Amino acid sequence: MTIPNISNSETYLRMYRQMVRIRNFEDNANKLYLTAKMPGLTHMYSGQEAVAVGLCEALEKTDHITSTHRGHGHCVAKGADFQQMFCELLGKEEGYCRGKGGSMHIADQENGNLGANAIVGGSAGIATGAALSAKRLATGAVTVCFFGDGALGQGLLYEVMNMAALWSLPIIYACENNLYGEYTHVSEMAAGQLKTRASAFGIDSFEVDGQDVLAVNDLAQDLVVRARRGEGPFFVVLNTYRYHGHHVGDINRAYYRSKEEEDEWKTNRDPIKNFAHWLIDKKIIDQQDLTEIQKDIAAEAEAAVIYALAARYPSEREVGDHVYKI
Amino acid sequence: MREITLSQAVNEAIAEEMRRDPTIFLLGEDVAEAGTPFKILSGLVEEFGTERIIDTPISEPGFTGIAVGAAMTGSRPIVDLMFGDFLTLVMDQMVNQAAKIHYMSGGKLNVPMVLRTNMGATRRSAAQHSQSLHAWVCHVPGLKVAMPSSAYEAKGLLKTAIRDNNPVIIFEDKLMYQDKAEVPEEEYLIPFGEAKIHRPGRDITLIATSSMVQVAQQAAESLAQEGIEAEVIDPRTLVPLDEGTLIASVKKTSRAIVVDEGHRNYGITAELASRITEKAFYYLDAPVQRLAAMDVPIPFSPPLEDLTVPTPDRLVVAARAALKGELPHGA
Repeated sequence: MTIPNISNSETYLRMYRQMVRIRNFEDNANKLYLTAKMPGLTHMYSGQEAVAVGLCEALEKTDHITSTHRGHGHCVAKGADFQQMFCELLGKEEGYCRGKGGSMHIADQENGNLGANAIVGGSAGIATGAALSAKRLATGAVTVCFFGDGALGQGLLYEVMNMAALWSLPIIYACENNLYGEYTHVSEMAAGQLKTRASAFGIDSFEVDGQDVLAVNDLAQDLVVRARRGEGPFFVVLNTYRYHGHHVGDINRAYYRSKEEEDEWKTNRDPIKNFAHWLIDKKIIDQQDLTEIQKDIAAEAEAAVIYALAARYPSEREVGDHVYKI
Repeated sequence: MREITLSQAVNEAIAEEMRRDPTIFLLGEDVAEAGTPFKILSGLVEEFGTERIIDTPISEPGFTGIAVGAAMTGSRPIVDLMFGDFLTLVMDQMVNQAAKIHYMSGGKLNVPMVLRTNMGATRRSAAQHSQSLHAWVCHVPGLKVAMPSSAYEAKGLLKTAIRDNNPVIIFEDKLMYQDKAEVPEEEYLIPFGEAKIHRPGRDITLIATSSMVQVAQQAAESLAQEGIEAEVIDPRTLVPLDEGTLIASVKKTSRAIVVDEGHRNYGITAELASRITEKAFYYLDAPVQRLAAMDVPIPFSPPLEDLTVPTPDRLVVAARAALKGELPHGA
């Protein structure tokens, strides 16, 4: 792991806090679903926290991201607030999208989150377009396009990576390889090397341990600077793991992956646990203060859930609003 | 007044808007130096450069998706989709992304983009370059759909489309690119949702879209010689639709024929005929008739292809039947 720079302590702790916030958010979302308080279904980001946090901590508020159906982690990491997120998940008026998007379409424009997308790979065009806008309008913004290994099966991704390379766009394609597209292992769906898909377009491509937030963040810092200088696009494979099933209802998973495999990742490769050990080991924080952070975040999440459960649904009059912008 | 072609009208609209607003750019296949296979965009790259008139690879979903994202982040892109048939390739980007983003985000994000494409058969281009697929996108809430029937409409509607804050799809009939019409030198815009009465008449209403307005005009000329006064109405935009003008006309004439070059099954003609029966049923003296493209893939062979599209002759026959009470029941 990286050599600690004590002047970065605040950054390290913020990254830790953000990862814990994502885990807490997801634990609460899962509970809401399992207790039938949440409509529809949702896809848990737990286990992949270091990817979203490592990348988003390298971005400014004015930089853009596009997200996926498994998008709560990206949303939190880009600066979203629990209360508005839980309200959105429950279809309430105060949600980020006034309850009209829900878990799979949550967007937070103020923090540069152009939205989760329920079409696998569906936001690759949007992300690349945001990068084209940034270049044309000289805003200096960088875009991170999050997608999973499953999206490597979509043609759109290759079309837009080709154009991003031709036009040197300021974008980072972040492929979160959590090993499974729905209920199928990546090895059955993606031939050859993942990384070389982008190298074929002449895009600088990287592979990083997606459970190591510092490794992800170091790489991201470097790529964001380079993208701002006009050296993009970039492609990164982030090796990670999805702790839960494909969606919250995917409980019996033995037919596609073993309990031992899940335990191995959760026990030995947990991004939060490992980063906590590192922080203590490097004397950036002690266990007691870490526990305080965890408690504060748990309380924040609990309060947001209580608030969202009691919040109002949108008025029926709103059903026809926002079809067209006036 | 000066006359210019529909192609020149489109070119002028884009140039004028691009001069006015630096956030507008255009992208598509062979749009720059080539000016598209129809040469509609010739000269634009000389004025605006390749930064704003952008040649893309042959990747319709890709560059349409890029336009969606650019539109969400401060740009106003115009997508040139070389053939309307390629709409099939960009449906996810237009239908699942562009159309829904404003709604799904609760009004926070929006997609001010224009997708220009074409339609129309009888160019001997066979089944994959001759379709009129506008009904597909009219079905999707969140998209607007414009159907210019002349150079005048093409310019005014396109300028309005570019300034609209929503995704707009414009279908130009590729057989009309060289057709001339009077187009003022001065700037003008045509508001969406305002039908145009091309020819007033008291006996029967002919509602026609795009090049079918010409068909209806010719039919109306013939009918006039028989003493039948047909009213020709062009909705100009199908979404939003100026239902009021159509219904008012039918209430006056008590007879209507809807003419559109899309397929007949589940198409535009079905929708418009249904609206008329919903809102003007008790004023009707004859069933509302529909003339549309035959429900076959457009054939290559010229004599076969010519059978597939509405013609003035067929429209005249239909109008006469409506007026003489000769429409068969249950047909």
